[in-house]
Order: sequence, then C-alpha cells, then structure tokens
Amino acid sequence: MMAGMHETIDTPASAAANGVAGGAAPASPAVAGGDELTIAGRTLRSRLLLGTGGFPSLALLAEAIAASGCELVTVALRRVDPAARGSLIDVLSDAGVELLPNTAGCHTARDAVLTARLAREAFATDWIKLEVIGDEDTLLPDAPELLRAAEQLVDDGFVVLPYTTDDPVLARRLADIGCAAVMPLGSPIGSGMGIRNPYNIALIRERVSVPVVLDAGIGTASDAALAMELGCDAVLAASAISRAQDPVRMAAAMRAAVQAGRLARTAGRIPRRLYATASTPDEGLPDLGPV
Amino acid sequence: MIVLNGQQSDLRAGETVAAILARLDLPLDARGVAVAVDGEVLPRAQWASFALAEHAHVEVLTAMQGG
Repeated sequence: MMAGMHETIDTPASAAANGVAGGAAPASPAVAGGDELTIAGRTLRSRLLLGTGGFPSLALLAEAIAASGCELVTVALRRVDPAARGSLIDVLSDAGVELLPNTAGCHTARDAVLTARLAREAFATDWIKLEVIGDEDTLLPDAPELLRAAEQLVDDGFVVLPYTTDDPVLARRLADIGCAAVMPLGSPIGSGMGIRNPYNIALIRERVSVPVVLDAGIGTASDAALAMELGCDAVLAASAISRAQDPVRMAAAMRAAVQAGRLARTAGRIPRRLYATASTPDEGLPDLGPV
Repeated sequence: MIVLNGQQSDLRAGETVAAILARLDLPLDARGVAVAVDGEVLPRAQWASFALAEHAHVEVLTAMQGG
C-alpha cells in the first residue's frame, strides 16, 4: 500500500504516522474502553460521524444509523417543501443522535454565516459543519471564503468544524482561528476515491492540536481504517454508506473499520522495510545432514 | 406582494411569519424550522409579531438530508 511509505523516512511526520512518537496516542487502546473523542467539550464514544445525504429512504437512514453506532449526524438546511413531509427531524430524534448542521451549497462566507445562524435557530445548536464551496465540479473548498466565514462564526460563538482541503497550512490556520476541529477531505465529496494524499493527512494530524475528522472521499471500509491509522480522530462518511448497494451493511463495515483503524493506530504499527525480517529465530535450527 | 421561498405569493404587507407558517401547515413551535427575512435571521420569538414589509423576501427552511 502506498500510504505510510514515508514511515521509513525519519521525519517527525513519519514518527507521528507510526503512532510511536508525539505522545498523542493514548496508552490504553480502544479495546479497553475509555477511548472517547472529545470535541468542544462534547464526548463521543463513536468515532464515526454519519452524513445523512443520499439515503433512498428515511427508514434506511434509521437502520444505517443503528448499524453505524454513530452519535452525531449531519443535516442540511433547505426550503420547506409542503409536498414532502416525512420528518427527518423526527427520525433523527428517535434515533437518539445529535445534529451537526452543515452549510452545504454555500459559495460565499456571507451565505455560510447566514446559513449557520439559521441552523442555530432551527436546531438549537451552536455546532456547524462549515462548507464553503469554490468549484462546482470538484466541490473543493474556497480557502479565503472558508477562513473568513470560520473567523466570523468563531467570533459569534459557534463550534466550527470546517470542511477543508488536505492542506496542512490551511488546516492550521483554521485551528488557530479557533475552530473546534478540522475536517480535511480525502478526495472530492462523493468521489469514493479514498485518501489521495495520506502524507498530508498525517501532516495535518501532526500540526494541529484540535481533533482531525477525515471528511469526504471515503469509498469503502479500508479507506476509513486508513484514515484512523494515519491518526485521524474520527471519520465522516456519507455517500460511501448511503449510496452503497446495502447501506446498512456498509454502515456496520464502517463502524468496524473505524474501530480497527483506531486500534491499529494506538497499537503502533511496525515500520515498513524493503527486506524481510525473520520472525522465527535461527537459534536451535537442527542440522539435517548434507544436501 | 411577498416572495416566499423564491415564489411570488399573494401574501400582502403586514402579514406575520406565523401566517406564512400556517399556510405551509407548520405550527409556530415546529421543530427544525428557521426563517430568514431579506437575508437576516428572524428569531422564533418574533414570528408571531413581526409584520412583513411589501416585497419582503421570506425563506422558510427546515432540515433536509445532506452532508
């Protein structure tokens, strides 16, 4: 696998990616329990966040939430449609999950800030997943607008979780502004391309002290496991689950993958080597006579 | 004339947001609903009292799957 090849290179980033330095990895891994994620004072037992977009029905969404074990789900804010009333709010409330409203569809800081304020009014939460899109085809973030919006929302008292590129400098700027977490993309939203630059994700983990939530690009369970192995504190999956052929089964897969990746990260993987290292000792090898 | 969710409506100046919500079959205490008037949030506490001006642009929003 390409990811983590840098682990054989002696840099602070490689040490962090190995989970053997930096002191960030807890000594007692998730298997013993007590490995909760805390964002802005809120404790989450599940390190999997679920995006609610793309599920073919609310019933399937509810089943997938249960299978995923997630406690925090994203919702968007859109015009009331008098024709279609199946209540998403009721379904999420029954599922016992907390809401993380997003600013999906916003292209300017102004729109994102107003949308966040409306979300606060609608859902009685200060939490906002801040998205400011700069390009229609790739849905990549618009960095200057994102920073502007983040700054204003932090000043307004919001708990800001910005969807950002995998640029470690931008991530650090967002953290420095006061964002409660950073949410770098693995690859474009809904692309299922996985983590295209694992080196940058590892660098982001190293350079910011707030939680890092891998957001966007997850295609299947191994992508989520890799994100956690790289040191991400959580993974947000939406399309990878909602658009899978069997969303409920994929939700269970993502749950297991996030747990496995977290365990592997905290366990501290072995370094990659070009040549073999015998796992069986040579001592005591019998002399079996001449060839 | 008041513009409701991007559509010209027959609502007149002086109407309250409460009247608009009623038209949308939404109670005043509807969960997960927010209202913007002319690009500003109108807090829930003002829904029953705030009188809309002529040509006001009203957006009534709620939770949708996404993200």
